[in-house]
Amino acid sequence: METVTITVKNAPALYLEADNISPDAFAGKTAAQIAELSVHEGNTTSTLGKYFDVSGNAGATAADTKIVVRGDVKKVKYLGFKMSAGELVIEGSADLYVGAWMTGGKILAKGDVAAFAATAMKGGELIIEGNAGNYLGAAYRGDWRGMSGGKILVKGNAGSDVGMFMTGGEMVINGNVDVHLCTHAEGGKVTVKGNATSKVGGQMVDGQIIIFGSIDTMMPGFKPAGEVELEIDGIKATFSHFIGDMGERHKKKKGVVIYANLYKKISSP
Amino acid sequence: MTKTITDVICPFCGTLCDDLEVVVSDDGKKLLEVYNSCVIGTEKFLHSQSPDRVTLPRMHQEDGSWKEISYDEAVEYSAQMLAKAKKPLMFGWSSTNCEAQSVGNEIAEISRSCCDNTAATCHGTSLIAIQDAGLPSCTLGEIKNRADRVIFWGCNPAHAHPRHMSRYSIFPRGFFTGKGQMSRKLLVVDPRITDTARMADVHLQIEQGKDYELLNALRVALKGEWLPDVVAGIPSEKIRETADILKSGRFGIIFFGMGVTQSLGKNHNIDEAIALTKDLNEHTKFSIMPMRGHYNVTGSGEVFAWQFGFPYAVDLTRGFARYNPGDTSTIDLLTRGEIDAMFTIGSDPGAHFPISAVQHIAAVPSVCVDPHLTPTSGVSKLHVPVAFNGVECGGNCYRMDNVPIDCRKVVESPEGMLTDEEFLIKVRDRLKQLKGVA
Repeated sequence: METVTITVKNAPALYLEADNISPDAFAGKTAAQIAELSVHEGNTTSTLGKYFDVSGNAGATAADTKIVVRGDVKKVKYLGFKMSAGELVIEGSADLYVGAWMTGGKILAKGDVAAFAATAMKGGELIIEGNAGNYLGAAYRGDWRGMSGGKILVKGNAGSDVGMFMTGGEMVINGNVDVHLCTHAEGGKVTVKGNATSKVGGQMVDGQIIIFGSIDTMMPGFKPAGEVELEIDGIKATFSHFIGDMGERHKKKKGVVIYANLYKKISSP
Repeated sequence: MTKTITDVICPFCGTLCDDLEVVVSDDGKKLLEVYNSCVIGTEKFLHSQSPDRVTLPRMHQEDGSWKEISYDEAVEYSAQMLAKAKKPLMFGWSSTNCEAQSVGNEIAEISRSCCDNTAATCHGTSLIAIQDAGLPSCTLGEIKNRADRVIFWGCNPAHAHPRHMSRYSIFPRGFFTGKGQMSRKLLVVDPRITDTARMADVHLQIEQGKDYELLNALRVALKGEWLPDVVAGIPSEKIRETADILKSGRFGIIFFGMGVTQSLGKNHNIDEAIALTKDLNEHTKFSIMPMRGHYNVTGSGEVFAWQFGFPYAVDLTRGFARYNPGDTSTIDLLTRGEIDAMFTIGSDPGAHFPISAVQHIAAVPSVCVDPHLTPTSGVSKLHVPVAFNGVECGGNCYRMDNVPIDCRKVVESPEGMLTDEEFLIKVRDRLKQLKGVA
């Protein structure tokens, strides 16, 4: 695998839309060709080379290409946009749309990422070592299909509207999440090791939420359905089981009505 | 002698009352009295006669003072600012007519700006929900003639839309509502005991920020499913009782305002309210309508949607329209420092935005087109006074139920003063020259 390292040399005055920073766009290009790829600052279009130093040539295909992003990219949007293979390592924190519409490959963000990360993600892996913003793995505005495949791991906290309209895939958040986890979800699995606030699973049709910590306010549409023993990451514990959202429409599979499942760990006395 | 002009449209709130009478002097230059209007509407008309009205564009000077300049100089500054900026923002539009909004959209397209209207701080979240869930709605006339279940959720029309209840929603005797308020049940959901809540048959004094839970509980109650004992501070029996009241009506309407659109849950509250309306339609006829604030904010959404495909928060910087509130919405653009020029028209963000957003307006080149002196005109570099739309010039406006109504000119504007549309046309033509667009 070939590695391309891009390092910020001129910070943008406004915000930069760098939808070309992905293994797919870099594949088969030399460092000089990569520096010629377009980026957008407001209504102006210029080259990647104006803002970044580029070293190393890309591999022949996206799968053979690894990109390392160095320097302050807190004002850079769309890192790993629509990537299908390869690797992207962001050494600091990034702005909106990290890994949006990604279908494969692996992104490692060592800092925080802002909102709309993994929008409508279909596959691949996204690891965020810091915190994630709002709308992680959610649908794009107006769409009814959020994250449908792949894996997301957030080592810190995540914002609100995580997994909105999620239809598949798996998400683990080691910290806390804000309101509206998995609103409108129709599939997938989200595990929150910390606490959730309120409106968890609102209008959810299908899918699974597991909360290890507390939930400030339960949705009235989630009905208690006993207790279950679950083993997650090698830890066995007892969880309260809820089904819902009883107020929402319900799907049927083989004549049986199905509900979304919410498991909340019962804290040991 | 004086003249009385009848059937005048009120350019204040989204109710767009069309039965005002205005008395003007014989030469049509002075507006003397306003009848039938609420106190806010009356003030809007009379304010045009204010003796301290600004009549010439003014530039903010280094020492904080203002220097009067000509309209031509104001056009030059505005066009240059928009031509040079990498990411200009054109905000407002809700207190001007659709004709001016359309010219504004041309300017936005040439300068590749972001453009947004006051939905950013009010019903923008409703627009997001409408895109997600649709909007089973109706006109205010249908409500007057048919509605026997009226819900005001998170809104206080007694103060914000003063004639709404007397013209459409509570008191009027309509075709199927011959007994006026006696034929309607009024439900109010509000954490406060507002003047609207005082009139209600049922007031659900909900815990703040739990509208989403209560809406969800009502949907659960309609389906006859299990409910916790208390939801959002309301006992479950009360919720089931309310669901029965709603079901038993012949025609119901949910009006909702800022109390749900801008409190915790935002667009999801409206999404759930639309879903509740949909569910209620399995039992009876139900509609839902946002209580739009500015008299032509609905029109701004219509014009944006007609010309760009999205109702607000449109980003044209890349040469095509993009829409994603959170990224392309005004407050986010300002607080994140994403824009480098601000053009405000027909709105007062200075009074309504978070202070960090207003600070950014003050930090960049900025133009404020407004007949009034406002906090926004105070922080902008250039203030361009214009004629009062709906008072000194006519134009098309949309009522809160999306019914277009033509506003009327009732009095002359001060001599030499331009209307919004005339000023924008001059800016557009100059911008075309600067950008070399045919």
